[in-house]
Amino acid sequence: MQWGSPTEFFAMGGYGLYVWISFGATALCMVGEVLAVWRRHASAAAESRDLS
Amino acid sequence: MDLAHINWFKYSSPQAFHPLAGRMIPWCAAAALGLIGVGLYIGFFVAPTDFQQGDAYRIIFVHVLAAWMSMFLYVIMAAWAGLGLGLQARPSFMMTQAIAPTGAMFTFLALLTGAMWGKPTWGAWWVWDARLTSELILLFQYLGIILLRASIEDLRRADRASAVLALVGVVNVPIIYFSVRWWNTLHQGASVSMTASPKMAATMVTAMLVMTLGFWMYSIAVTLARMRCVIVERERQPSWGKQASIQDVAEAR
Repeated sequence: MQWGSPTEFFAMGGYGLYVWISFGATALCMVGEVLAVWRRHASAAAESRDLS
Repeated sequence: MDLAHINWFKYSSPQAFHPLAGRMIPWCAAAALGLIGVGLYIGFFVAPTDFQQGDAYRIIFVHVLAAWMSMFLYVIMAAWAGLGLGLQARPSFMMTQAIAPTGAMFTFLALLTGAMWGKPTWGAWWVWDARLTSELILLFQYLGIILLRASIEDLRRADRASAVLALVGVVNVPIIYFSVRWWNTLHQGASVSMTASPKMAATMVTAMLVMTLGFWMYSIAVTLARMRCVIVERERQPSWGKQASIQDVAEAR
């Protein structure tokens, strides 16, 4: 491992901002998509129960 | 078990597919979490710092994968669209509908993380280079397919129109892939390809491949989950499944 301390890890050799925005945005999109699909299924299921 | 005697067509009907997808989703999701976790560990703690690009190169562990997924998903979506048009099969159109938003998301992420990589290494967030421009067009294609579907009220017409658009647009995928060879682009050539040995350290390639498998599992899980939404939503349509009463038709309008 090349990181001496957590600070060094988060700094990413000076590119921290770019690296963490990239990974953060990806994580946010993926988690957000899962939640959106979850809610869509819940509301679709609830509506189809109401109709039947 | 005798494979020849399983009725594979059984699973092509939405009613049978819905519970099957429900059973597959947890496994794919668990595999995605595990693989992405391992991939991130290798990518951040095992893979060394690049001697030219410093630690900014670690962005490729999401950037390249998002770009790959954006193209893979488009081809798969277009294949379902073609199958749907050829066989008049409703479930194929539903797959097309289920894949599009995930593909659009990965295209957006490829562009965003590309900008994050471009700024420190090229000194520009964006350039009108062939690779970047064709990927941007892919994003517009995905959005066009989603919006076209949403703008047509008649489901069958919406299915067919968005399938035709998806199928025609597949021509852009080889353009994106080969853009770095066909034109003199600022974007670098392929770091990993089928025909040559990778131009990266083995641990970097391992991290990327593990993450790729994880992204695949994620895409399968989320697409199946959206497919289930689409099945339930369409079930409400009176034309689908059971015979519609006049009241059903009136309500659906």
